[in-house]
Amino acid sequence: MRALTWHGKHDVRVDTVDDPEILNPRDAILKITSTAICGSDLHLYDGYIPTMKAGDILGHEFMGEVVEVGSGSTLKKGQRVVVPFTIACGSCYHCGKQQFSACDNGNPADNQDIAQEVYGHPMSGLFGYSHMTGGYAGGQAEYVRVPFSDVGPIVIPDGIDDDKVLFLSDILPTGWQAAEFAQIEPGDTVAVWGCGPVGLFAVQSAFLMGAERVIAIDHFPHRLELARKFGAETINFEESQTYEALMEMTGGIGPDACIDSVGLEAHGMFFDNIVDQIKASTFLGTDRTHSIRQAIIACRKGGRVSMPAVYGGFVDKFPLGAFMEKGLTLKTGQTHVQRYLPGLLNAIMEDKIDTTFLISHRMGLEDAPKGYEMFKNHQNEVTKVVLKPGQTFAA
Amino acid sequence: MTMAQDDAPLTTMKKGDPADAAAQAQIEPRGDTLIGRSVTINRPRDELFAYWRDFSKLPTFMDNVERIDVLDDRRTHWVVKAPAGRTVEWDAIITDETPGEMIAWASAEGAEIANSGRIDFRDAGARGTVVTATINYDPPGGTIGKVIAKLFQREPAIQARRDLRRFKQLMETGEIATSSYTAAQLAAEHDDDREHN
Repeated sequence: MRALTWHGKHDVRVDTVDDPEILNPRDAILKITSTAICGSDLHLYDGYIPTMKAGDILGHEFMGEVVEVGSGSTLKKGQRVVVPFTIACGSCYHCGKQQFSACDNGNPADNQDIAQEVYGHPMSGLFGYSHMTGGYAGGQAEYVRVPFSDVGPIVIPDGIDDDKVLFLSDILPTGWQAAEFAQIEPGDTVAVWGCGPVGLFAVQSAFLMGAERVIAIDHFPHRLELARKFGAETINFEESQTYEALMEMTGGIGPDACIDSVGLEAHGMFFDNIVDQIKASTFLGTDRTHSIRQAIIACRKGGRVSMPAVYGGFVDKFPLGAFMEKGLTLKTGQTHVQRYLPGLLNAIMEDKIDTTFLISHRMGLEDAPKGYEMFKNHQNEVTKVVLKPGQTFAA
Repeated sequence: MTMAQDDAPLTTMKKGDPADAAAQAQIEPRGDTLIGRSVTINRPRDELFAYWRDFSKLPTFMDNVERIDVLDDRRTHWVVKAPAGRTVEWDAIITDETPGEMIAWASAEGAEIANSGRIDFRDAGARGTVVTATINYDPPGGTIGKVIAKLFQREPAIQARRDLRRFKQLMETGEIATSSYTAAQLAAEHDDDREHN
């Protein structure tokens, strides 16, 4: 089959590799129909994520048609499914508590060592995202092997376009969980840092959960415009002083809940390149860890901070004093995708959540390297690239 | 022997000699190296005990063990992978057993490497069962010592932890997780383990 493979910094290629096979009873094989490039894929592209190996197949946002099933799978050939990026077994203690991204068994035993050493505990496996999280082949390919296919994938009814449901795989539930973790109460004002896909879905989710106002913060005009379409007020941090603006816009109170969806936007692990990380954040005017500091300083007394943004290593100058003195609550974590799928699929079908607005570019699989390059270099216009294996598109 | 000053397991001791303490406390024969690991498995105690009691099944999740022949109810023959396609073999005897709770075994007289182990199963309420493996072994010197050291890996504790994770996966999910996507890769992964041992 053809697959997008990683070979090093800014070096991804479409190679011919072996077709995947059923290896365990609960496996299924999908023929991929749509697969997106995620902001966190760019961190692999930029060479930031350790424990990658040349030839790794990328992609953790994907859907497709079931073409083969193991004896323990509940899926049937011909079904269309969206697959969560987190690989969870459904039977361990954490899955029983719906903490799917903390699954004990999704990550192969040997791969669990790294995270156990660095974080104290191994987390679930992830598709297409380094060997620390399992080294599973991803979905930017013609076919993919899906472990625990009786637990993760959600079956999509006929007649619903791929483009409407593809983002159930990651960014929609991630934005939803971010809003849920902000524990929004009716009448709340919610501030969202970062208007990437997760931030934009958090904006929509916050309104659905009863927020009266949502204030979106970014510096890309096009992304702020998208947030405005969903009813958010905006702050362009290159034009205005964020803290002062938030205080004035809330009558000196501060937002009731703050969502940091900037971070490193990676599902990844930065433990052994902390120096690079510090360098990176020094060079970037919008220093990634700045957003969580600002969220804590701006948040009202007794407010809630939600952090879907991914941080992998250590953070300097964390405002622990403000956090404690103001009595804030912080909730965070990788997304428990499986927990949210039925409800979010319904919301899409009832047109309560718009997903397709995000897609700016559609391409064939063979053009994937160009998609990475464009996504990296034109973040204002390129909001989301969706690859369609088996289809060709006019240039 | 240093007496424990707290309630933490012997295998987590910072001072003194945990192998010495453990050997005197629970395991025969005495060895130089003690490793112990606990894992909580979301299955009933009796089910886990029953699986483990059939030693012939253990190689399913113990990557270093090629096979275990059951000779009779108390005696087993272990064939363990070593570098360069070699194997090391010994007989082991079950020295103690409480159904549903624990099994202890030790290598028979004349084994190339004297070793012993025990596995304990303890109820953990709604979380299932705490399974604790304790392995005690005495690597000899010389060439065979090096082979043995490799056999148990540079970090024997890591091997034990990995094996227990696989046991947990098998018991909780019915399969052992792999990120391979072809049968050939899966086979190579197992060969790889052997190379590194």
